[in-house]
Amino acid sequence: MAFNYEKYIRPGKLPHIWCPGCGHGIVMKGLIRAIDKCALNKNRTAVISGIGCASRLPGYVDFNTVHTAHGRAAAFATGMKMADPGLTVLCVGGDGDGVAIGGNHFIHACRRNIDITYILMNNHIYGMTGGQFSPCTPTDGFASTTPYGNPDPVFDIAKLAIGAGATFVARTTAYHATQIDKLIIEGIQHKGFSVIEILDCCPTSYGRRNKYRSVVEMMKQHKELAVPVTAAAKMAPEDLAGKIITGVLHKEDKPEYCEQYSRLIEKVQEQAAAKG
Amino acid sequence: MTRKTALIQGNEACAHAAVYAGCTFFAGYPITPSSEIAEVLAKELPKVGGKFIQMEDEIAAMAAIIGASLCGHKVMDASSGPGMSLKQELIGYACIAEIPCVIVNVMRGGPSTGMPTGPSQSDVMQARWGTHGDHAAIAIAPASCQEIFAETVRAFNLAETYRMPVQILMDEIVAHMREKIVFPEPGELAIVTRQAPFVSPAEYKPFDTSFGDIPPLAAMGGNYRYHVTGLNKAPDGFPTTKAELVDAEERRQLRKVEAHAAAIEKNEEYLTEDAEVIVLSFGITSRSARFAVDSLRQEGVRAGLFRPITLWPFPEKRVAEVARKTRAIVVPEMNLGQLVYEVERVVKGSCRLAALGRVDGEPITPYQIIDKVKEVL
Ligand SMILES: Cc1ncc(C[n+]2csc(CCOP(=O)(O)OP(=O)(O)O)c2C)c(N)n1
Ligand code: SF4
Repeated sequence: MAFNYEKYIRPGKLPHIWCPGCGHGIVMKGLIRAIDKCALNKNRTAVISGIGCASRLPGYVDFNTVHTAHGRAAAFATGMKMADPGLTVLCVGGDGDGVAIGGNHFIHACRRNIDITYILMNNHIYGMTGGQFSPCTPTDGFASTTPYGNPDPVFDIAKLAIGAGATFVARTTAYHATQIDKLIIEGIQHKGFSVIEILDCCPTSYGRRNKYRSVVEMMKQHKELAVPVTAAAKMAPEDLAGKIITGVLHKEDKPEYCEQYSRLIEKVQEQAAAKG
Repeated sequence: MTRKTALIQGNEACAHAAVYAGCTFFAGYPITPSSEIAEVLAKELPKVGGKFIQMEDEIAAMAAIIGASLCGHKVMDASSGPGMSLKQELIGYACIAEIPCVIVNVMRGGPSTGMPTGPSQSDVMQARWGTHGDHAAIAIAPASCQEIFAETVRAFNLAETYRMPVQILMDEIVAHMREKIVFPEPGELAIVTRQAPFVSPAEYKPFDTSFGDIPPLAAMGGNYRYHVTGLNKAPDGFPTTKAELVDAEERRQLRKVEAHAAAIEKNEEYLTEDAEVIVLSFGITSRSARFAVDSLRQEGVRAGLFRPITLWPFPEKRVAEVARKTRAIVVPEMNLGQLVYEVERVVKGSCRLAALGRVDGEPITPYQIIDKVKEVL
């Protein structure tokens, strides 16, 4: 039987603002299927975003949703999770939102290992504002503000997250739709800060400028460049150049932030009680 | 019954008052001269099951308190100068999304890093207009440790009542001076908590105005599911660009304060009834002003003190009234002219007006005020 998305889509809020061929819709469907699989209670689930095309996602889905300010999703989400640790908190947003303007909040959320699942839709561009380059635009790539090709080096989001202390880090692409569900489910179930980077496509602001004739061509490239992490482990580094390593890249158990704080409260209150 | 008293700093009084008011969540980023507020709350909040978090910067601290407030907590953040500049965008978010929160600004000189350890009153206009766009503002400026306690409690009550950010403006002197305070007993000061929804989750709209200009706010994570955005929104919380909805929402947000100005305003008047000259002053400067008024009275000058405790909304009606009955108003403030423009706007030339500014990191003395009064009379 076909999956029924209606249960999770807010009535009257579609059509969405995304362009035909935009990968954000694929991610939204994957997120919905993952939440359904995890059997999350809608009232006890919050989806938080920043600003950008990707960040419009929360408006369409029927949970507690907060469309915050550009780059600030992780910081709002940290306040919400601390305030109500039983709430399942998910962040969604673009690459510019998450690791340019929001980079500081992103790395500190990783460091705290607060139990939030961050789904980062990396389409290598600022889509909403018309295609300026982001920290994830390939070097030499074209954007409206890199008319001679991008002189900047690129952020490796997964490495950044691992280095900053995230305890679950995974990557896939918009082409690998079923893997999106699987990784989000694992991220939600993991206790700690989980980052799922999804390489996404923006035909309008990125594809057009970078000589992709269609979104199909962009997706095909994702398919061809993807190397599952298990296969990558057996490959030489030079063979991996330019490839997209997909799957769970990092997973470890470390104390979760809200649990640590709850223990602190218990300790303080016990000490106060002992003193009388 | 002996009442609990203590010799404490203004910042400490503010932090203890937050707990008294029911604050259960504080997020901040250290900055002189506000840090003691965070330090006291880091210690006190866990005792009452509350939470303290030191964020990575001031923007994050604002974001965290807004998030926690959405989840039903009473929240506070404290900062100064550069930190307040960073917070402005999300103060605007709290305005448009109508999220109750209290922000303490222990003012230092500036712009930029300015004078971290010197007193200042130079954020009067920032407290009103710091974030972009039209918005309402409430700001309170207490002048003693006892008053800081009471006004901090009132700041929470106002934030919760009007569903908006409220700023407490202190200067380094009131924040760091130690005075004896008498702690109010539990129940002695009124405590207000935001209005919960009157309707069922199915009927709930986060910006529903059927019950008046201040829409009830449900805690996220309970039975009410809704959407919040910083975009202009319709009563259901979803973004809109419909001209009439945007216009109605913008005007309602200003009306929340304008229509309740009488309830929000608070002034102290000292010998203003027969005054031929009035010193209009707030915060620590008002204490020099009071001393100046007493000295001038001894010399036979009929001086009075008008002290706005609520700076925003500015007590325009009352100031206009006293201006009509006096010959001159002198406005001493530790900046180069901010509140004086507001006084000028409402006095409309009905009496003489003189500004007295000081920005060298030293407080304005009573003698400076006395000289200014004599000059203007
Ligand atoms: C403080 C601030 N600066 C700039 C902007 C303008 N802005 C809106 S969306 C955006 C970039 C969005 O790009 P990304 O996060 O990668 O998401 P996408 O639109 O590609 O999905 C920018 C720069 C803003 N809204 N706020
Ligand atoms: S501009 Fe790009 S990111 Fe934005 S909706 Fe269109 S395709 Fe998607």
